[in-house]
Amino acid sequence: MIEVKDLTVKYYRENEEITALSQVSINIGTGDIYTFIGPSGCGKSTFLYVLSGILKDYAGSIRINSRPVDPRAQRIGLILQNYGLLPWKNVYANTMLGVKIKNDQQVLDEYGHYLLKQLGIAELLNRYPRELSGGQQQRVAIARAFMLKPELLLMDEPFSALDAITREELQELFLNIWKEHNVTTVFITHSVDEALYLGSKIVVFSPAPGRILEVLDNPCFQFDNLRSREEYYDMSMRLRKILDKG
Amino acid sequence: MLSNNFWRGATYGLLLVIIIWQALAWLLKISIIPPPLSVLINLIDIFPAKMGIHLLYSLGRIIAGISIAIMIGVPTGLLMGYFDRVDKVLSPLVYFTYPIPKIALLPIIMLLFGLGEASKLIMIVLIIIFQIIITSRDAVKAIPHDMFRSLQSLGAGKRHMFTEIIIPATLADVLTATRLALGTAVSILFFTETFGTEFGMGYFIMDAWMRVNYLDMYGGIVVLSLMGFILFTIVDIAEKRVSAWR
Repeated sequence: MIEVKDLTVKYYRENEEITALSQVSINIGTGDIYTFIGPSGCGKSTFLYVLSGILKDYAGSIRINSRPVDPRAQRIGLILQNYGLLPWKNVYANTMLGVKIKNDQQVLDEYGHYLLKQLGIAELLNRYPRELSGGQQQRVAIARAFMLKPELLLMDEPFSALDAITREELQELFLNIWKEHNVTTVFITHSVDEALYLGSKIVVFSPAPGRILEVLDNPCFQFDNLRSREEYYDMSMRLRKILDKG
Repeated sequence: MLSNNFWRGATYGLLLVIIIWQALAWLLKISIIPPPLSVLINLIDIFPAKMGIHLLYSLGRIIAGISIAIMIGVPTGLLMGYFDRVDKVLSPLVYFTYPIPKIALLPIIMLLFGLGEASKLIMIVLIIIFQIIITSRDAVKAIPHDMFRSLQSLGAGKRHMFTEIIIPATLADVLTATRLALGTAVSILFFTETFGTEFGMGYFIMDAWMRVNYLDMYGGIVVLSLMGFILFTIVDIAEKRVSAWR
C-alpha cells in the first residue's frame, strides 16, 4: 500500500518559485497497477521521482507499506524513458546492477536466467547498450527491475520512445510478466491507449501545477482484444474529455 | 589491440624520417649529422653496456612521475567533479597555480629537496598533475544526471556511485589526459636529467654532446623517441580496451 497525502512539490528556477505538484493525495493498493496520465509538464515525472526517493524536497507525507520513502530500505524498480542503462556495462552487467547493489549478488541466479529468456535477451548478454535497439534496451531495463523482486515498480513513459509495433509488443510482454508477480506499479504515460491497456486504475492529472483530477476504475483492464471492444472506445472518449477540460 | 593500419602508418612514418635524415646526411656531409646506418650500428654496439642503464633510470622516473600524478590527480579531480563544495574550494586554487611556470620553481624545489630523485619527480608531477586534475573533473561533470537516477532509486551509496558510474565513465578521458601528460613528462624529464645525476637519457645525450660524440648523442635521441613511442602505444591500447563500449 502506498499512501500519498497532500504532496506538494515546489522548485526554483531563476529565483521564481514553480509549483510542480499541488496537494496530491492518493492510495495505491498493493499489487495494483495504476497508470498516471496527463499533459506534458504536469508533474507526472516529478511524482515518480518523489516516490523513488530521488527527489527529497517535498511537503506532505508519503508512506510505502507504512514506512517513509527510503530507497535504501525499500526495493524500488525504476524504469525510465531513456532506459537508464549504463553504457559502459554490457547487458549482463546492466541487468545485474540492481541485485548487485541491493543483495551483493555477483552471479545471475535461476530466476534471472528465466527472466532474460522470457524477455528474449538471453542471447545478448555480451552486447553493450549502443549495440542494441531501443526495444532491446528497454527489455534489459525491465529485466533489471523485475530481477530485484521490487515491492514497488515505477515506470516513467517507458515505451514512448519506441516505434508503434515494438511498443505494443513490449506492452504485452510487460503485462504478462507483471501478471506473474503482481508488483505494485506506478506507470506514467501520456498515451490514452497505454493508460487503458495497462492500468487497473487510471489517474488523470491536470496541467501544471499537477493536481489529481480524477481516479477512474478501468473496466478494460485485462481484456483480450481490448482495442476492438466497445468499452475501450467509451473509456478512451471519457478520458479524453477529462483531459480536455483540464 | 591496435589495428594493422596503425602499424602500417608507424612503419611509413619511420621510413620517411629515415629517408629525410639520410638525405640530409648525404647533402651536408658534416659530422653533426651522421648517417642513420652508422648511428644504428653504434647503437647496437653501445646499448647493452653503456646505454641500457640510462634508459632504465629514465623509464623509472617517467613511470613513477606519471603514477604519482595519477594517484593524486585523478581522485582529486573526481572528487571535485562530484562534490560541488570540493570544486568551489579547489578550483580557484588549481586555476591560480596552473599557469605558474613550474620550471621557475625549480631552484626552490632543489633547495628544499636536494639535487636527487625527489626534486626530479616533484617537477614532473607538478607540471603534469593539473591536466590530469582538470580532465578528470570535467569528465565527471560531463556525465548526464540521468545516469545517476537508476542507482539513486536503488539506494546506492557514494561508494557505488564511484565504482559503478564515475570511475568507468571517466576512465577513457583519464587515459587521454595521461597520454598528453606523457609527452610533457618526457620533455621535462630530459631537462631535469641534465643536472644532479649521472644516469638517465637526458644525462646520456648531454654528456655525449659535451664529448662531441655525435653517434652516441643521436643514438640517445633515437632511444628516447622509441621510449616515447612505446609508452604512447601502451596507453593507446589501454584506452581502446576501456572504451570498447563507446
